[in-house]
This record gives sequence, C-alpha cells and structure tokens, in this order.
Amino acid sequence: MALSTPRQRLSYDTIEVGTRLPAQSFSIQRENLIRYAGASGDFNPIHWNERVAVSVGLPNVIAHGMVTMAQAARVVTDWVGDPAAVVEYGVRFTKPVAVPDDGFGARVEVSGVVAEKLDGRRVRVDLTACCGDEKVLSAARAVVQLG
Amino acid sequence: MALDPSFAGRVYPPTAPYQVGREKIREFAEAIGDDHLAYRDPDAAKALGHPDVIAPPTFPIVLSMRAADQVVSDPELGLDYSRVVHGEQRFEYSRPVRAGDRLTVVVKVANIRSVAGNDIITTQGEITTEDGEHVVTAYSTLVARGES
Repeated sequence: MALSTPRQRLSYDTIEVGTRLPAQSFSIQRENLIRYAGASGDFNPIHWNERVAVSVGLPNVIAHGMVTMAQAARVVTDWVGDPAAVVEYGVRFTKPVAVPDDGFGARVEVSGVVAEKLDGRRVRVDLTACCGDEKVLSAARAVVQLG
Repeated sequence: MALDPSFAGRVYPPTAPYQVGREKIREFAEAIGDDHLAYRDPDAAKALGHPDVIAPPTFPIVLSMRAADQVVSDPELGLDYSRVVHGEQRFEYSRPVRAGDRLTVVVKVANIRSVAGNDIITTQGEITTEDGEHVVTAYSTLVARGES
C-alpha cells in the first residue's frame, strides 16, 4: 500500500480564489460498502442487499452517502496535508450512487476549488462530486485553516 | 404522516462514553480507502502536532449516528425508518477526534418540518470529552420520503 506523507500546511498568502485542488477519482464496489457498514455501524440493508434496495424503489444497492462524503473530503485533506485543518465540512446528498454487482461498481469524480478567502487565514473550498453525468453532492463545502 | 413538531428543541440524555481506539480509526480509514499516515501512525500524527493518531473528518458519524438513533427510533416521534434517506450532513470541528478520547454525545432535535409530503428532521449532536471539552458538532438531516 502506498502511504502518503503528511506535509506542512499550505500558506494562506499563496492561495487565491479560483485555485483548483487536484481532482481525484474513486471506485466504489460492493466490498467497499460491506467494509464501510462494518466500520461505521451503518447496516441499513439498502447498502448491501439488492433485494431490499429494489423493494423500496431504488435502482440497485446504493452507497452510503457518508462514503461519498468521506471520498470528497480526501480532495481537501490530501491538498492541505494535515486533516485537522478542516474546521467545517458539510454536504447535501442529492442523488444516490448505485453500486451494481458487475465487477466495476461505481466511479465518483471529485474536484474542488477555493471559492472564498475568509478571516483568520481560512478559506472555503467548494467541492463537486459526480457519478457519470449526475452530481451526487450539492452545497459540498469545507472551511480550511491554512498556515 | 407529518411528524410531531413539538419534538423540535427536545434534548436527549448524554450517551455512555465512547472510547476511541487506534485500531478503530485504522479500520475506518481503511474502509473509506484513505491511506493518510496520521490515521495509523502515532509518530506521523505527532509530527503534525497531534498527541496520538487522529480520525478522518467523517469519523464522528460513528458516534453521532448511534446517538441520533435515540431520536429516530423514538416511538413517540413515529418516523418510518424504512423510508428514511440521509439528506444532509455537516460537521463543525474544534479539533479532530483522536485515539484515547472518551467522548459523549448530547443529541438535540434542531428542526422538524414537512416539505412536499416528506418529513424532514435535523439532529444536532454535540460531541465532547468526558471533561466537557468540545470536539465536534454533527448536524444530520434525515428525510422520510412520503408515500407517493
């Protein structure tokens, strides 16, 4: 497993509104959802049982929204270095991410941009998370403490 | 069926302390596929100024969701859990959760409303150490989809 190395915090002075964070692409397969259910304690069957998911009107097993929220956070924490720099983080879950049992699952693409420079050497980062053509998160924002 | 709006503002008793362990943090980080060293190596976390390994930003959901079960499963509220989806989630951090923390959660019903036949409830979980140090506040909005 490749381990990323923590580094020093980015300087507020070098960051401008419009600065783009490195985008990332994440795969979600059924195994990820089983692991997340176990680690988080969220065993809602719509996240692992196709029969139940379809019976309540979903297209397929869907990913926990919190999996997508965690993946979107990566774009921020990998950029800033120290995860503790995230002082506020919120998302709205707009579309479910269907995870078919087809050997591929789903792919979520996440990008971020510095939307505002705030007081106290903080910035607001706006995130976009898409699965195919659909935005799966909206109002996805993190407030980040820079150095 | 619309939820009882008088639940707004209701505060539930503090949860029993949750002991945050290094291996639980590692398990959670692996489950979300995050290989950051600060989540698994105490020395790497110390190099960033933390006393022990820290948890990923979304880890507090492990505590807040369990605590919010008090509200969601409250028979007086009458929420139909089989129709519930997670609508919104927000965290406000004083600091990251870290290994060695003993945390309790006090859940409050922040908001109850009905929009277009859906019941929407927002819970606010104040997560503090046993000594009362604020760590993070978690806001969760759950949507019970109306029968269509």
